[in-house]
This record gives sequence, structure tokens and C-alpha cells, in this order.
Amino acid sequence: MKDLSLHILDIMQNSLVAGAKEIGVEITENKDADTYSISVKDDGKGMSPEMARQVTDPFFTTRTTRKVGLGIPLLKENAERTGGSFDIISAEGVGTTINACFKLRHVDRQPLGDIAGVIVLTAASYPAVRFRYTHTTRFGTYTFDTKEVAEILGETPINDAQIIHFLKEMIVENLESINYTP
Amino acid sequence: MTKIKSLNDLRAIKANVEAKMNLRERSDAPEKLVQIKVAMATCGIASGAKIIMDYMVNELDKRHIPAVVSQTGCMGYCYAEPTIEVTLPGKEPIVFGYVTEKKADQIIEKYIINGELVEGIIPVNYESIDNK
Repeated sequence: MKDLSLHILDIMQNSLVAGAKEIGVEITENKDADTYSISVKDDGKGMSPEMARQVTDPFFTTRTTRKVGLGIPLLKENAERTGGSFDIISAEGVGTTINACFKLRHVDRQPLGDIAGVIVLTAASYPAVRFRYTHTTRFGTYTFDTKEVAEILGETPINDAQIIHFLKEMIVENLESINYTP
Repeated sequence: MTKIKSLNDLRAIKANVEAKMNLRERSDAPEKLVQIKVAMATCGIASGAKIIMDYMVNELDKRHIPAVVSQTGCMGYCYAEPTIEVTLPGKEPIVFGYVTEKKADQIIEKYIINGELVEGIIPVNYESIDNK
């Protein structure tokens, strides 16, 4: 994956396949501790302890269209390569949380990339799912919540190009206002 | 300093979009829209599917083609990513592989607008992804 937002896009797809109705993406930057933590939390069907152990194995996948599942192993590898950490907390019938912690200043930490596009394009594809994206820096916290968007939009579809464009710009401007690290 | 956009500004955009949709006589039947599904699994994402999705959303809007662009899972054509499934109103879905921005442009100009087929079709697609 070229950037962290694409990893997040990938992990969110897992959540969607697991039938999540709410997906929360949280990015927390801590310059003092030199960490860039990403967590993706869903209320999907969750995994058994056995399966949660197996998913970091590239040759494990639940899908039938192919024999490998690289999404989680790639993210784990990239986080650990920077000296960071990776873990999965999952409970059947409750949901799954994926935590990937990167070293903020490590040369191998990929840039964040187009996180606004990733969140908005995914939200536009799955209007029935609530997406919440929270980004915290030492200057503050910004939260984007599709529930608030839906309350304003009403019947107007979120997947209209003009709305997608606006939401992306709005997220970027707000991230800049808290001086986020790209 | 310019004011940061907030959800309040979304109301104005909403009014715009609604006006545009009414102009189009509320083609609320999704069958009347061009439907594009971009395969967005690990294989697709790693090959640039997100860029293709951005491109499709922007270009179809620019060229005033009423369409819905959405994400879908892996279709099993990992070797040919990025892949997209295009369904024209009243037609069977067609899957295109190895989609670049250039190819996406051809798909819009030739297939979506004129109904001509372009290279890169993945054959044997008897059913849409949703039924798999």
C-alpha cells in the first residue's frame, strides 16, 4: 500500500464484509511519544480467538474468490517495520478493533495520503453504515460523522459528486486546522 | 484567515444538488443510472482502485453523465486489477480489467456514451457481483 489511508480503506472493507453498521476510524498523533496510531473499530460479527490469531497469516482468508488474504498482514508488517505495534481485539457478535501503531518520525512510516477521500468514498458507497473519523493532534480533535451528514442531507444522496467533493474539502480544511501530520 | 468549511455549508450544496436532480426530472429509478462498481479489496486497492474511483466520480460528473459509483469486494480477478463493473441501464453488467485513467476515459467515451465495446473486458461474467 502506498499510504496509510489505503490501509484504512482496506481494513474498512473487512468491517463491511463482517456486516458492520458502525465503523470508527481514529488516528491519534503524539509527537512527544513519536507515535501515529490508527484504530479501526467496527460492530460487525467479530471473530473467534482462533480466527483473530489466524488473520495475520497471509495464507488465511475467509473469502472464496482467492486463497490469500493480505490486507491485515501488510498493515501489521508496515507498522512493525517502523518499530510500532499491531493488535486485534475481537469478540464474536460484538465486533473487531484493529490497532496499528506507527513510529511517527520513522522513515518507513508511509504518509497518511488522501484520508478524506477514503472516508467519503466509502461512506458514499455504503449509505446505511455510520462512519466516524476522529483525528487527534496536540492542537485538538476533529470528528467527521456521517450520521450528522445524513441528518442534513435527508433524502439527497451522499454519493453525488458535488457532495463528495465538498465533504472531502471540509475534512481536509479541518485536519489542517489542527495541524495534522500528513 | 478564511473560514473553515463546516457541515452548515453542506446545506447550500444540498440545495444545489437537489435543483440539479429535479432538472434531471428526478431519475430516482436507479435502473436509469449508469452503475459502476469498483473492486476495492486488498488487490484492487494496491493496484490503484481508489484513484480509478476518484477519476470516475469526477469525470462522470464533469461530463454530466448520471451515474452511481460505488465500491465492491474482490471479484476474483486479482491478476487484472483494478477492475470495474459497468452496468448501463437495461444492459447486462460488463467487467473491465487493467483499468488505468486512460482506459477509464475510453470506457466512458466509447462504452458508456456510445455503447461500443473497448478492450480489456473480462469475459464469462454471467452474473453481477452481488449474486456471487
